[in-house]
Amino acid sequence: MLLIPCPWCGLRDESEFACGGEAHIARPKDPDALSDAAWADYLFMRANPKGWHRERWHHVHGCRRWFNVARHTVTHAILESYKVGEAPPDPDAPTAPAKRKRSARVKDSG
Amino acid sequence: MSQPYRLPPERTPETARIDRGTTLAFTFNGESWRGHPGDTLASALLANGVAVVARSFKYHRPRGIFAAGSEEPNALVQLGAGAATVPNVAATRVELYEGLIAGSANCWPSVDFDLGAVADFASPLLPAGFYYKTFMAPSGAWRLYEYLIRRAAGIGRAPDGADPHTYDKANRHCDVLVIGAGPAGLAAALAAGRTGARVILADEQPAPGGRLLDERCEIDGAPAVRWSETAAAELESQPDTICLARTTAFGIYDHGFVGLIERRTDHDPGLPGPRQRLWRVRAKQIVLATGAIERPLVFADNDRPGAMLAGAVRTYVNRYAVAPGKQAVVFANNDDAYRTALDLRAAGVDVTAVIDVRSGPDGEWPTRAVAAGIPVFDSSAVVGVHGRSRVDGIAIRAFDGKTVTGESRQLECDLLAVSGGWNPAVHLYCHVGGKLRFDPELAAYLPDRTSAPVRVVGAAAGKFLLADCIADGAAAGLTAANDAGVRKKAVAVSARIEDVDERPQASIWEIPIPPGSRSKSFVDLADDVTAADLRLAAREGYVAAEHAKRYTTLGMGPDQGKTGNVAGLGILAAANGVALPSLGVTTFRPPYTPVTFGALAGRDVDALADPVRRTPMHRWHERSGAAFEDVGQWKRPHHYPRAGEGMEDAVGRECLAARRAVGLLDASTLGKIEAHGPDAAAFLDRIYCNDVADLRVGRCRYGLMLGEDGMVIDDGVIARLAEDRFHLTTTTGNAARIMGWLENWLQTEWPDMKVYLTSVTEHWAVASVCGPLARALVAELAPALDLSPAAFPHMSVREGTVAGIAARVFRVSFTGETGYEIAVPARFGLALWTTLVTAGERHGLTPYGTEAMHVLRAEKGYVIVGQETDGTSTPRDLGLGRMVSRRKDFLGRRSLTRADTAATGRKELVGLRTVDPKFVAPEGAHLVAKPADPPIEMLGHVTSSYRSANLGHGIALAMLRDGRRRIGETVYVAQPELSPGRWTPAEVTAPCFFDPEGRRIRD
Repeated sequence: MLLIPCPWCGLRDESEFACGGEAHIARPKDPDALSDAAWADYLFMRANPKGWHRERWHHVHGCRRWFNVARHTVTHAILESYKVGEAPPDPDAPTAPAKRKRSARVKDSG
Repeated sequence: MSQPYRLPPERTPETARIDRGTTLAFTFNGESWRGHPGDTLASALLANGVAVVARSFKYHRPRGIFAAGSEEPNALVQLGAGAATVPNVAATRVELYEGLIAGSANCWPSVDFDLGAVADFASPLLPAGFYYKTFMAPSGAWRLYEYLIRRAAGIGRAPDGADPHTYDKANRHCDVLVIGAGPAGLAAALAAGRTGARVILADEQPAPGGRLLDERCEIDGAPAVRWSETAAAELESQPDTICLARTTAFGIYDHGFVGLIERRTDHDPGLPGPRQRLWRVRAKQIVLATGAIERPLVFADNDRPGAMLAGAVRTYVNRYAVAPGKQAVVFANNDDAYRTALDLRAAGVDVTAVIDVRSGPDGEWPTRAVAAGIPVFDSSAVVGVHGRSRVDGIAIRAFDGKTVTGESRQLECDLLAVSGGWNPAVHLYCHVGGKLRFDPELAAYLPDRTSAPVRVVGAAAGKFLLADCIADGAAAGLTAANDAGVRKKAVAVSARIEDVDERPQASIWEIPIPPGSRSKSFVDLADDVTAADLRLAAREGYVAAEHAKRYTTLGMGPDQGKTGNVAGLGILAAANGVALPSLGVTTFRPPYTPVTFGALAGRDVDALADPVRRTPMHRWHERSGAAFEDVGQWKRPHHYPRAGEGMEDAVGRECLAARRAVGLLDASTLGKIEAHGPDAAAFLDRIYCNDVADLRVGRCRYGLMLGEDGMVIDDGVIARLAEDRFHLTTTTGNAARIMGWLENWLQTEWPDMKVYLTSVTEHWAVASVCGPLARALVAELAPALDLSPAAFPHMSVREGTVAGIAARVFRVSFTGETGYEIAVPARFGLALWTTLVTAGERHGLTPYGTEAMHVLRAEKGYVIVGQETDGTSTPRDLGLGRMVSRRKDFLGRRSLTRADTAATGRKELVGLRTVDPKFVAPEGAHLVAKPADPPIEMLGHVTSSYRSANLGHGIALAMLRDGRRRIGETVYVAQPELSPGRWTPAEVTAPCFFDPEGRRIRD
């Protein structure tokens, strides 16, 4: 069971959350301008990386806020959680996440 | 003497932990026996000379106790009786108590005379994978075979009633969790605890010490158990250390989460409190000191009672003062097993010989054995075991590591101690993705690397010398505490030990059986998997470890192959002509040992299994004899039967009353969300497929929500209470999901919109009044409200006082009648309800339940999301296309013009009316164009179907391909499953059966 850092509530058990899938998929501004294929891509196609994955989580049994988490799909290590609208962390630039003071951070437990 | 195999006091080693002063009586297979406190069921049975304790899984061969711990593959017993019985418990894990009752699991009629043993003689018919091969034809016969196989192969019986025990859960955080309280674990816990870290130390056994409880060895010049007692006492005195005995860590999960089962009363059922406790521990760092598990050698008839792991023999001698035999032979490929010979000799047991597959063993232990006068046969192997229900001798021959040669020589013995080396217990390590590497010298898999905060120490890491174990544990305990953020200086853990160095073991798994022999050499005793089975699997192409496991069931028993797995992989590798590591290993998954469901459920059983939600009017419903149905977690009245009434009568009466006089429904369970803020109208405009922004204050509108794929996900009523305030309803079961859906879009896509969403489902109690007399009734109770159709038209909302209670009154209807949904704060719900019932009496008011509600709405063709829809229904499919706004974008709009959602030939909502007025089509029935033998083209299916008392015939709603175009045609409700198959003609109609102009609702 993951230990997820909610940006508002701190570290909480996974059982309090619901996962909302891949993050940073913006709703197209003008859906009519999209071909059926492009719209289907927005609707259905999701990344399935082996490695770092940015995904949305909902603290559904807590503060009810949606936020983003950078999680490693192999080790399940969580690099950082960050609020909606904040830029995702770059796992290859280890100094970058520290700049965001308001976000909760956990160390890669390895 | 009542316990003929118990060591006499003068031969009992200092390490023994039984209390001879007290005698315990217990029953095994109906016979009475005696043991002592400190015994396990296994040690007590051995003390009494009970050799056969079980029958094997497949061949029903007699089996004896093979091991001394949780790795036991044979001695699975049924413990206790009745509702409290526990099946498949290893006798080695059962601590003896007065009055214990147990029996062999897998035998009939008795363990000594088991009819199933014919399977042993019929074994050529039962090769590996036999059920895949043998029972596949004729098709359909499998059901019969399965019944017979299950009867023959079952292990244990389920309890005959609800579990009478209670179970607990405990949640803990700690800095360092140490699993295993052997020398390495104790050293780790001491080192971590001395820094002041919060430490939890858990061990399966009733006392700490691990292997020190079983061995004659010394630490600091005294018996090693004294050292473990001192260490345990120090840990007990540390304020932040918790020592858990009888506690098995059964699984390690992500982020330091560990599940442990503490067996609180299993060793003495008379103790008060819960039987077991599930510890859910979140550890910053984990130290695994899980020790090692001895593995057998594989040779002919190595499963006979009396054959036992050499380390287990030492356990029985040193810890339980039991000699598992009178005359012993030790058969091994390593130095460690010689200690068994020496300990047996010291306990006064006659040791016939040590058989060593190696040539000229010259290590310290073999040297001591020779010095003690024990004959050693090197370059030799056991090639046969005499005796069926107990070993009474063995045959040995010369062995060069591959083949046996020379004359066979017979040796007498009734105990055969076997050792094929030790496997580090890496199970828990693998649970969190730990990778293994193969160590050729130990011929074992060792922990290699992991990203989890886990350290493996001592024998579990392949360090078998006591000094190494303690040093390793102490170092890991300290660094674990440091890594957990505790950096206080602490006194180092030290111990003075004189270890005896050991020479390498031989990498030998199997002594081959000569061709044509009827003997079997077992790899996995629990599953009756033989070396021949593994070679068969290899011949048939099951090369990878995971494939061979599934084909042969290697390692799939209750013991999960703790003793035999690596030997099995070794034999499989040899059969494939490859080196062992190239096959891979099978995956270890939780639980390490079986976990009872009761412990996982804890207190969350019966009434606490799932929360029950009741409306404020619930007591009235109960008193009125309502029959309830579960809707999500809600209890809703389904109907209110009167004396002598069946369900159909009651529903019919309720439906008629709602159409002829006035009906009353508890609608409190409907999901309710209040949306408030300057952008509320704009936000809802994006959420609903219909227009919301132009809704005037005081008016209501039916709304549909679509997913982005264009499919209907929910419906409800939107009421505008003020310019910036809306009251939304959702379907009862969907309330939480829709709340999450709205929050999702508001928070993640449009965070700049100023809208607050509040779930107010429980805030409001709602009484829904409908029928031709509804207005008259409400007028009586709300004299200040102008209820005239002009002042308070259909689809509008007013705030006012009803029955003296401040209320929101919604003029909406789900029945097609004039209707008022009266919402009052929940605490006034019951008062409102009873006032309505009393005042309604002279109007003929009749409370109705959800079933009448369903019938009434179906008469009007109103859909229920989740009943008519199934996640593939667009508004147009439901005949609601006119609701879809053309002036704005909304969730799902783009999908409505995708080729497939806009295509013809989709299923559309229609009504069905059968020619036979009594026929009520089954919900879910398929619709076809005309009767025919299957396969038939399916045109659609019945989604709702009822007997309509108002109309006097059955009505149904259906989703039918091109349904609207087929109105007036005849389709057939298919019931080919009946005998003879039934095909009932039905006329396709518009979905609305009653008052299609909607006069009554607007009146």
